[in-house]
Amino acid sequence: MLLDRDGLKADLYRRTVGHNESHVLVPLADIEATLAARAGNRGIGVEVANTTKVADLAPHLDSLALIAIAFPSFSDGRGFSIAKSLRNAGFRGTLRAVGPLIADQFAYALACGFDEVELPAESAARQPIEIWLAAARAFRATYQRNHNPAGASILDRRWAAKLGAAKLGAAE
Amino acid sequence: MYRYDEFDEAFVRDRVAQFRTQVERRLSGALTDDEFKPLRLKNGVYLQLHAYMLRIAVPYGTLSSRQLRQLALIGEKYDRGYGHFTTRQNLQFNWPKLRDVPEILDLLADVEMHCIQTSGNCIRNVTADQFAGVAADEVEDPRPVAELIRQWSSLHPEFDYLPRKFKIAVTGAQHDRAAILAHDIGLRVVMNAAGEIGYELMVGGGLGRTPMIGKVVREFVPKDQLLTYLEALMRVYNLEGRRDNKYKARVKILVHEIGIEEFRARVEAEFAMLDGPSIPADTEELARITAYFAPPAYEKLPAIIPAFEAAKRANPAFAAWVESNTFPHRAPGYTALTISLKPIGKAPGDATSEQMRVVADLAERYSHAEIRVTHHQNLVLPHVKQADIFALWQALGEAGLAEANVGLITDIISCPGLDYCALATARSIPIAQSLQKRFADLSRQRDIGPLNVKISGCINACGHHHVGHIGILGLEKRGEESYQITLGGDATENAAIGEILGPGIVAEEVPAAIERLVGVYLAHRKDGETFIEAVRRLGLAPFKAAFLQEAADAA
Repeated sequence: MLLDRDGLKADLYRRTVGHNESHVLVPLADIEATLAARAGNRGIGVEVANTTKVADLAPHLDSLALIAIAFPSFSDGRGFSIAKSLRNAGFRGTLRAVGPLIADQFAYALACGFDEVELPAESAARQPIEIWLAAARAFRATYQRNHNPAGASILDRRWAAKLGAAKLGAAE
Repeated sequence: MYRYDEFDEAFVRDRVAQFRTQVERRLSGALTDDEFKPLRLKNGVYLQLHAYMLRIAVPYGTLSSRQLRQLALIGEKYDRGYGHFTTRQNLQFNWPKLRDVPEILDLLADVEMHCIQTSGNCIRNVTADQFAGVAADEVEDPRPVAELIRQWSSLHPEFDYLPRKFKIAVTGAQHDRAAILAHDIGLRVVMNAAGEIGYELMVGGGLGRTPMIGKVVREFVPKDQLLTYLEALMRVYNLEGRRDNKYKARVKILVHEIGIEEFRARVEAEFAMLDGPSIPADTEELARITAYFAPPAYEKLPAIIPAFEAAKRANPAFAAWVESNTFPHRAPGYTALTISLKPIGKAPGDATSEQMRVVADLAERYSHAEIRVTHHQNLVLPHVKQADIFALWQALGEAGLAEANVGLITDIISCPGLDYCALATARSIPIAQSLQKRFADLSRQRDIGPLNVKISGCINACGHHHVGHIGILGLEKRGEESYQITLGGDATENAAIGEILGPGIVAEEVPAAIERLVGVYLAHRKDGETFIEAVRRLGLAPFKAAFLQEAADAA
């Protein structure tokens, strides 16, 4: 099952070592060959373990359409930091979390820069899409400025509320 | 004290609603038991030996009278009429039912409290000097930065599935009363040469199986860069901390394995990448929080109150209590008062709902409705007028709360041990009780002077035995409880790990063995020298000899 913040989505990517198809997802070892074989480099994704160093991906960030990061178990949170680091390094393509995450981690994954989650069938069978969408909305706002869109964190909202109140006071 | 605004309130309410759905999803089978476990732990719900246990966060150990009354109510309604204050300044209830937990969380939210991240592999409740804002040796009150860290670390999207738990302690004082060197991160408010206030950060302290003293990772972090620096440090730990073995997963092991220089270099490299225009300036938020911690309106009082001095002269028991249980307040005529939760023969750190109400009422009447919890498992009324102390002492006495033993040999830190805990290998509370009985005579305790005894019922060291002047570790050997005695530990700025004196002894032998150690001190001490000072001067040898002699005599 593949989902993003809007719901279920079709998976266009195929895990393959073939270089000629569109939307391929290849292992890190094959990335240079895949990129070299493809003009325009469109629709190429790489799938990496959560022990991969961001520095090893850095040369390819502009060429990759998707980076899939493995979560070997839901309790191993390394993928969250890798995603955040990739966003900090300027990666603008799609970030996918692959593995048995739980719905309560969906908001975290989105906040760290993931766009989508690919679940194994067993987890998906227990946790239908409605649970994921509800879990993503569980909190009206959270505190972290660096992990929220600009203006969305509680700290920013507080500040906005204060400025708004001051404006209102000035108008009266 | 900090007060929730509409956003903090919405946040804890959403958290309670979330936990309700998590329990429902566990019951429906949407979540497996393995998946539910970290979720319940991050709401403070443990499965213990006989029942569930609920751990409530008391951020940086600060409580209002209103909050303490609510805890009393919860203890009465959902537990057995008492609660247990812990070494991390939290409160635990030992007998709640799982189905009642969401309701308890509602009641906590009503008084701006929660159980968020009191367990699990995440950043735990931040602890602080219990005399924050009161002590004279303070650069700055550390509670505002503790609150800033509390907010920042609450449900941090990136750092909620760490390799292992992560504990942060803060102090603003020269003298360390928060054991910051025994925490994953210790933070000290400092002033640099330019007169700017910032933070010194220590990393990699911790107790448990592999006790370590924290090391300085950065001498000065400017105020507005703290959260960014913490983000860099936590990212390094999240990515590099070991996940192959839970006993090697704390940050102290990473720091130990790669060395503090390499660890520092990695954090600095990450921090340098974060440096830039995207970095938030948290100074406004810190200023907003700081306003809540403005000192109460103290009366202008003389430093010496004749009636108080007269009461001490007239009543030696009162004078003794004042001597051990009061701490100098920076405002003239005021005192910070420690209420011992270590009456002889009771479980250290326990308070009944009735006692909680008494303390809440007294705080309201005499201490600006404020209470602190200490990591020594006692309570503090931080702002008491000296003229009120005598009346307070009498009222505490009626509630069984006037034990004059703060800092003395019977003021024992103890984990719950085998009486409650699923991890324990031996009993702790009965050992504490037997020692208290052995040393019950107050004049003898006062003669012995300051002495920290700390007891853990297993190697996980929740009772901080490694940093006790005398540490007692309960183990299991061939089906029998066996107690290992350590000497010379220290949890302050002189932090040290105690050394083992000899082979383990049985429970019945513990009081006599401790008595022998005290005997060595009394025989060798110089004028005004405390127990730990004497241990440092004399070294282990004479104590070891006495300990082994005792073991030989007992055999």
